[in-house]
Amino acid sequence: MSKKAKLETVDNVTIRFAGDSGDGMQLSGGRFTQTSAIMGNDLSTLPDFPAEIRAPAGSLAGVSSFQIHFSSQEIHTPGEKPDVLVAMNPAALKVHLKDLTPGGALIINKNAFTNKNLKLAGYDSDPTEDGSLEDYYSTHFIEMSKMVELACEGIDLSPKLIDRTKNLCALGVLFWMYDRPLEPTIDWLNKKFKSKPDVVEANVRALNTGYNYGDTAEIFTTRYVVKKAKLAPGKYRNINGTLATCLGLLTAVEKSKLSLTFAGYPITPASNILHTLSNWKRFGVKTYQAEDEIAGIGAALGASYGGSLGVTASSGPGIALKGEFLGLAVITELPLVVINVQRGGPSTGLPTKTEQSDLFQAVYGRNGEAPMPVIAAATPGDCYYTAYEACRMAVKYMTPVMMLSDGYLVNGSEPWIIPNPDEMNDFDAGFVKENLTDEQYLPYKRNKETLARGWAIPGTKGLEHRIGGIEKQDVTGNVNYDSDNHEKMVQIRAQKVANIANELPPTEIFGEKKGALLILSWGSTHGACKAATESLLEEGLKVAHVSIRWISPLPKDLKDILSNYKKILMPEINTGQFRQMIRAEFLVDAIGLNEVQGKPLGASTIVAKAKEIINE
Amino acid sequence: MSDKPLLKKADFQSDQAIRWCPGCGDYAILAQTQKTFPEITEKKEDTVFISGIGCSSRFPYYMNTFGFHTIHGRAPTIASGLKMANPELSVWLVTGDGDGFSIGGNHMIHLLRRNVDINVMLFNNRIYGLTKGQYSPTSEQGKVTYSTPMGSIDYPFKPTKLALGAEASFVAKTIDKELKHLQAMIKRANSHKGTSFIEIYQNCNIFNDGAFSHLTDRDTKEEQLLRLEDGEPMIFGAEKNKGIYLDGTSPKVVQIGKDYSIDDIVVHNEKDRFIGDMLANFTSSEEFPEPVGVLYCKERPSYDELMEAQMKEAQKDSKKAKGLHELLNAGDTWEVK
Ligand code: SF4
Repeated sequence: MSKKAKLETVDNVTIRFAGDSGDGMQLSGGRFTQTSAIMGNDLSTLPDFPAEIRAPAGSLAGVSSFQIHFSSQEIHTPGEKPDVLVAMNPAALKVHLKDLTPGGALIINKNAFTNKNLKLAGYDSDPTEDGSLEDYYSTHFIEMSKMVELACEGIDLSPKLIDRTKNLCALGVLFWMYDRPLEPTIDWLNKKFKSKPDVVEANVRALNTGYNYGDTAEIFTTRYVVKKAKLAPGKYRNINGTLATCLGLLTAVEKSKLSLTFAGYPITPASNILHTLSNWKRFGVKTYQAEDEIAGIGAALGASYGGSLGVTASSGPGIALKGEFLGLAVITELPLVVINVQRGGPSTGLPTKTEQSDLFQAVYGRNGEAPMPVIAAATPGDCYYTAYEACRMAVKYMTPVMMLSDGYLVNGSEPWIIPNPDEMNDFDAGFVKENLTDEQYLPYKRNKETLARGWAIPGTKGLEHRIGGIEKQDVTGNVNYDSDNHEKMVQIRAQKVANIANELPPTEIFGEKKGALLILSWGSTHGACKAATESLLEEGLKVAHVSIRWISPLPKDLKDILSNYKKILMPEINTGQFRQMIRAEFLVDAIGLNEVQGKPLGASTIVAKAKEIINE
Repeated sequence: MSDKPLLKKADFQSDQAIRWCPGCGDYAILAQTQKTFPEITEKKEDTVFISGIGCSSRFPYYMNTFGFHTIHGRAPTIASGLKMANPELSVWLVTGDGDGFSIGGNHMIHLLRRNVDINVMLFNNRIYGLTKGQYSPTSEQGKVTYSTPMGSIDYPFKPTKLALGAEASFVAKTIDKELKHLQAMIKRANSHKGTSFIEIYQNCNIFNDGAFSHLTDRDTKEEQLLRLEDGEPMIFGAEKNKGIYLDGTSPKVVQIGKDYSIDDIVVHNEKDRFIGDMLANFTSSEEFPEPVGVLYCKERPSYDELMEAQMKEAQKDSKKAKGLHELLNAGDTWEVK
């Protein structure tokens, strides 16, 4: 270890890796995350991809980044302004420099600052030469490309492939700076490139080169130690929202002894759900890549009709196409889970960015009176429990359920206590087994408590019946155009969804049970709101945070909770959709904090707004 | 199956009042279906009729089997999902020219391409009936309807040609008034593994009456219909004296007797894709007779079969009970005390 660099302990660090799409920044970020997780830090990550698959190399459009916030304390967000920015080329510097904390560390691949790349990024002069950066940041211009080229001498790989290892060099520098072991990454490389020993060798050398550079170059004056976080005891892993969602679905079908049929159409950022589940055939999961979004939900509903649990996933534009089928699922009262991984809209919008702007679409976006339960995940790991609950309610209440997550949740990750599925509740699919009467089977006879109809699947003798999208006669399910019957059925369908609220647990309140301000959130703003509330509470302010999981139906105790605070603040990544719903439902003067910038809300923004409101 | 059917026609009749216009061709199709089913199944609970929206799509309500009247054009999607969930079921899809080839055209071609083991009955009346008389994608050019007062300028589809283009493994055509033939086609479709596509010319006596009268009128029909039999020469006409002759690669209608003998006439081969394509091209042409029967039939593994095979393969040596725990605990894990 270098004698020059002193070791300093810090609690919180945010690092952003940024480079060209081809620079491997997601990989560097991912490995740093995994290593920090193993070291026991709490963490939260935010990958950010360009919308174009192969934007021209070196262009601003082609910049890809990965941010990790890690800490010796409990944290809830991927951080706001990074303390360290790794910029692998001029474009990455141009896009991300404005976010770097003043005085923060700037680590640059000097070799990428060629005339061509500078021009592509719109720099008139080279910022690593003209002195424009040194005054504001702690700068480290490292010739990474050159270093890996030298380090990999003698390895039989093309210069292009060798140059690609520079992301490992950058990672090595960061590992040195934050005193992290290299072994987990080396093990991982060995596994990943098992059949390509040359590639492993080159990457390991690049990693070591970066690490040793930190150790010997004497340009770093300080190394930092981020100690283990005091997390709740348990066995942990790192998890992103996509995997958590899929595991939640699988748990639900295991606990209900149902089979899972997933049908979907490729769309960013939901496709990874299809990819993940496609690999789980060994667990009996059937997947179907449909010809379009409509066919995706149609096949899922068809599977549910046949006695499997049908699930489909998409993002806003795809959900729009599925709308008519949602109505059919509502009127035929079949279980179905529809996952909306929200992204920036309207239309194609910002496909790779996050937003919460499909709330109205989820709650109201169907023709006719078509109420449908809507549940939202709060964190990447929470997608597991949300998906499980969505399935459970869909089956118990014989209804389609919409699960909302978003681009940040599915791609972001956090340390997660591995749940024991044996401790999760079993639930029964409750197929109707026989017709005990001599009469025709009555498909719309209901369970008195839930109002759910029976799940009578084809293949069961004596249960032959017809269903469809035309209004049903109560009990018999026959086609019926009678006006009183229609009104009754509209009410029954609404009451059935409302009944879900009867079994929701008491709403958790974080902070003061009564006070000056309640921060009310739903979905992925949970983390930022919780972090903001923690810091406001530390300052002695009488505040609380409530995160809503079931948006439809809303929890029954919410009305009383709202009445216990002088003011209500509702941060959302939209123009105030949930706020409109809350105002309409409870006639409270909730105040909005709304940003639609395609990225998560920052805790500091919420803190500032909260103080402004309290002091008004 | 035993020789004597266990079920009767009445077992397949539901208690719902039928709402088609009196005289509609749909009645005949329903009756032939109800009549045929006792011969092809002993378990009506294993039979599911799925439809979209349109006059024909009311069909499932009248069959006392399982039935699902879905949404416009989307029946193939529900049927595919159902068959995936339970490949044991006998799934029948009832659609029309608007439902199946206009709003649902995309699903139809993909169903045929995938070859899911589903039987499709396309009721082609060349008009929109339920919405009261607009031209459909199979209506002839120049058709005057409520939406085309000066005549339609659209060129129509030939459904059998489209089905073959979409790689259908079974393509047949029949007519509502050809009762015995209709029954035979239903039986053939039932025994075919993979998607079976039957186009049924159906008279809409309200909005497009007589669209197929040249094929159904006693006086004219035998001159117009080419009744296909596998392995038999393609002859037609009231006197059975006309046939299809291949002049190089071009088919033409010839008189048997003078210049041509029966040996010159093309012999139908259901498995020959080029013959299938040729016959599909005869549809509604001035020159050629209208082919009815099985145009093409060649089995290949169905989607549901292939999926079951993959599922089996994937589950060959897994211990499913441990699966979820193993997945949850995969990758790097660590203990916090
Ligand atoms: S409108 Fe035509 S197709 Fe529809 S029921 Fe009446 S006759 Fe039959």
